[in-house]
Amino acid sequence: MTAVPGPPARTSVIRDSLGVGVAVGAYGFAFGAASVAAGLSVAQTCLLSLFAFTGGTQFAVVGVVAGGGSFGAALGSGLLLASRNTLYAMRLAPLLQVRGARRLLAALGTIDESTAMAIGQREPRLSRVAFWWTFGGVFVFWNLSTLLGAAGTSALGDPNKFGLDAVIPAAFLALLAPRLRSGAIERRVAVGGAVIAAVLIPLTPPGVPVLASCAALLLSVAVREARP
Amino acid sequence: MNLWALVLATIAGCYLLKLAGYLVPARVLDHPRTRRVVELLPVALLAALVVVEALANGRHLEFDGPRLAGFAVGAVAVWRRAPFLVVVVAAGLTAALLRLT
Repeated sequence: MTAVPGPPARTSVIRDSLGVGVAVGAYGFAFGAASVAAGLSVAQTCLLSLFAFTGGTQFAVVGVVAGGGSFGAALGSGLLLASRNTLYAMRLAPLLQVRGARRLLAALGTIDESTAMAIGQREPRLSRVAFWWTFGGVFVFWNLSTLLGAAGTSALGDPNKFGLDAVIPAAFLALLAPRLRSGAIERRVAVGGAVIAAVLIPLTPPGVPVLASCAALLLSVAVREARP
Repeated sequence: MNLWALVLATIAGCYLLKLAGYLVPARVLDHPRTRRVVELLPVALLAALVVVEALANGRHLEFDGPRLAGFAVGAVAVWRRAPFLVVVVAAGLTAALLRLT
């Protein structure tokens, strides 16, 4: 570890950041396909990737639409998932020191990957490099792969013939897996959320099972905090 | 449902949530409990989505053979820490092949 990271540190940060972007591209294909299968047009799908630009939320919104959920359930699930970006932004603000137009652009790029790469650096200068290059890499590959996935699915016809209905839950599981590996509380919350959703599927309108599992989590945290 | 309205509302909401983090003073929301909830929300949400996408057909529980088999193969791939692309292709291919028969 060097005291003053020179150009090699910067180069390796850029390389890692672009690598993250390429890896995320695969999720973009799945999102594009899932979104068109849910009934969104290719244009609507691409607009979500360009300007909502936060994968978990986009998957959740089209997942609820695909299941026949209401407008409120789809938007509610999506924005609940997006709320973590607010906390990311608060952590990034002192690191990035952005103002004006650059702040408006930095806000768009505030996602899981760019935040993880930025806060993982040893000094603010490298954090800024990691943030902007990860944002750029993910943005390019996420949007290209969304377009290909969406256009490909709308050309292929019935997506379930190609097993898309099995791909979507498997994709959500892949997004969930790293969090399951990070702790026992995460695993308990996941089991709780899964059970609540399964029980509510036949009892409530589509979309509600997903929101209810989040509400149960909020309630359990509140109860735990209230205990002496 | 008006999908255009949903797309535009999602875009606006997501962007404003991101921007808000740059505009409010950190101490307003950076409470340990808030942070904990925001960390755990995706866990509850994603777990519920896995179940709904695997088992629901509208308001009915549906145990569709190819869908569940494809999902199971994908789950094994996730468990074996396979890359995302492998997970997706394995799940889709399994379900698609079972539907051919």
